[in-house]
Amino acid sequence: MKQTLTKMLLQRLALGGLSLLAVSLIILLGVSFLPGDIATEILGQSATPQAVAALRESLGLDQPLYLRYFHWLAALLHGDFGQSLANGRQIAELLAVRLPNTLWLAALAAVVAVPLALGLGFLAAIWRNGFFDRCVNVATLSFISFPEFFLAYLLILLLSVKAGWLPSLASVDPSQPLSERLLQMALPALTLTLVVVAHMMRMTRAALINLLASPYIEMARLKGVPRWRVILRHALPNAWAPIINVVVINLAYLVVGVVVVEAVFVYPGMGQLMVDSVKKRDLPVVQACSLVFAATYILLNLTADLLSVLSNPRLRHPR
Amino acid sequence: MIDPSLTLESPQALPARRRSGLCRRLWRGLRKAPWSARFGLLVILLFGLAALFAPWLAPYGESQIVGSEFEPWGASFLLGTDNLGRDMLTRLLYGGRNTLGIVLLATCLAFLLGGVAGLLAAVRGGWTDQLLSRLVDVLMAIPQLIFALLLLTFFGTSIPMLIAIIAVLDSTRVFRLTRAVASGVVALDFVEAARLRGEGTAWIMFREVLPNILPPLVAEFGLRFCFTFLFISALSFLGLGIQPPTADWGSMVRDNATLITYGDITPLLPAAAIALLTIGVNFVVDWFLHLTSGLRDEH
Repeated sequence: MKQTLTKMLLQRLALGGLSLLAVSLIILLGVSFLPGDIATEILGQSATPQAVAALRESLGLDQPLYLRYFHWLAALLHGDFGQSLANGRQIAELLAVRLPNTLWLAALAAVVAVPLALGLGFLAAIWRNGFFDRCVNVATLSFISFPEFFLAYLLILLLSVKAGWLPSLASVDPSQPLSERLLQMALPALTLTLVVVAHMMRMTRAALINLLASPYIEMARLKGVPRWRVILRHALPNAWAPIINVVVINLAYLVVGVVVVEAVFVYPGMGQLMVDSVKKRDLPVVQACSLVFAATYILLNLTADLLSVLSNPRLRHPR
Repeated sequence: MIDPSLTLESPQALPARRRSGLCRRLWRGLRKAPWSARFGLLVILLFGLAALFAPWLAPYGESQIVGSEFEPWGASFLLGTDNLGRDMLTRLLYGGRNTLGIVLLATCLAFLLGGVAGLLAAVRGGWTDQLLSRLVDVLMAIPQLIFALLLLTFFGTSIPMLIAIIAVLDSTRVFRLTRAVASGVVALDFVEAARLRGEGTAWIMFREVLPNILPPLVAEFGLRFCFTFLFISALSFLGLGIQPPTADWGSMVRDNATLITYGDITPLLPAAAIALLTIGVNFVVDWFLHLTSGLRDEH
């Protein structure tokens, strides 16, 4: 059994590494498999042949595919993401400023959202089909249906314009003290929290209800075990795997969800950088951002996989 | 226009007896539908009608400049004017028409692509299945919004490109579901019987398996529709989706957002319209899943 555990963990790790590799291939080389020439596409039909040739060279399009990929990979490993087409700045410098901002925002939202969602999900599962459950069901279904920018502007209107409690634009810079920074980030973090809590709570509830329907739980109930004890002693050990999954899937969602929220609050993070670069068709920056976002997403999913294998009681306590 | 249960597949795909059974069940269900489902159906109906008849309902032309910027609500401009002096109500009606049309087209394409590939993978099995499944695994490893942004940089933002990109990205999700439900059906005896009878792959896919997996696919169509709707609105909001001067709800919010800082709720109207429609569709899907329950219960 111990061997199966190690083998499963290694398998998951290998799969994660493989998908990272495949994704980096798509992001970096996808351009070459597309019909037409990306350099002409970016510069427009009226560009001079010299300009197109110069752009092709700076994008590395004149090299053979495998060479280009290995150059890229080698540079990446040295922390060199290349240069922005729009302003010639080092992409690594841009990321060094933007990435921590985004991680801060996501972390703040997660710290509030995870306990809240798990708590609500537990309660809804215990009082299934009761008044509380139905209210929470309708409320979360509505929150999921709202576009993120709707929630964001609604919060701006209520908490910033009408009540005047929080700033409507998140202007953060490193010199601010922590309290000031948290205040600036309050509205974007709150928006993200609301969106994620709805998803996470529904998934927690579904996972628990699924589990509570299994025969061994019914057996425990028939035996006369009190309700809270059934949940804590019988259900919870087996519920960890699905719950960890729910949390991590939503954290991954959060990392992507920041894109829209950052745009609303003009928050200087990765999402803003990426959207601006897409508008300018600044390919190297978009590629770098995609790579960072995709890598975070894959690593989070990999963590979920590993943790759910590790938390499986049948694998941890071999007979 | 968009009752999801009517648009997914031509009814010919179902044998006649089963079709009337399903219709009767739906009708009986509708008569004792909960208030949330009735509300949802009403919303869908109203939005559909507004989208269909927008040119007749709208007081002005789609991108016609009729007044000065940001005029307040009044008799000649019911909901005021936008940042360029175009009538807000007109833009709202046309925006709904444009967004709904594009979303519906993208979702249908995604289902065509993902559904056929999923059925093929389930029925053929073997290397077809392996190839398609691994391809989808890789595509799904990149977050959808990020992938879409990347592809939009490659191809530029035009409406046909937008529809194609979203359809392809969405079809991966449809593929997963179709393959999962279909492989349960493929293992059953009547499919084996059809195989022994010498029926071709296409017959088995569309005449044997498809009719048996319709309910979860119809529900998924509703959910995918909502998702695509939110997705395209988000892209337009970011300035990367439907491009001006074409009216669209996401970009309308963006263009008029400054009004919010003065406490004016007009820019929230298109966003509220998006929210209302997605809530409506979600309620109907919820009820539909309950009606055909035993197939999938997500909550």
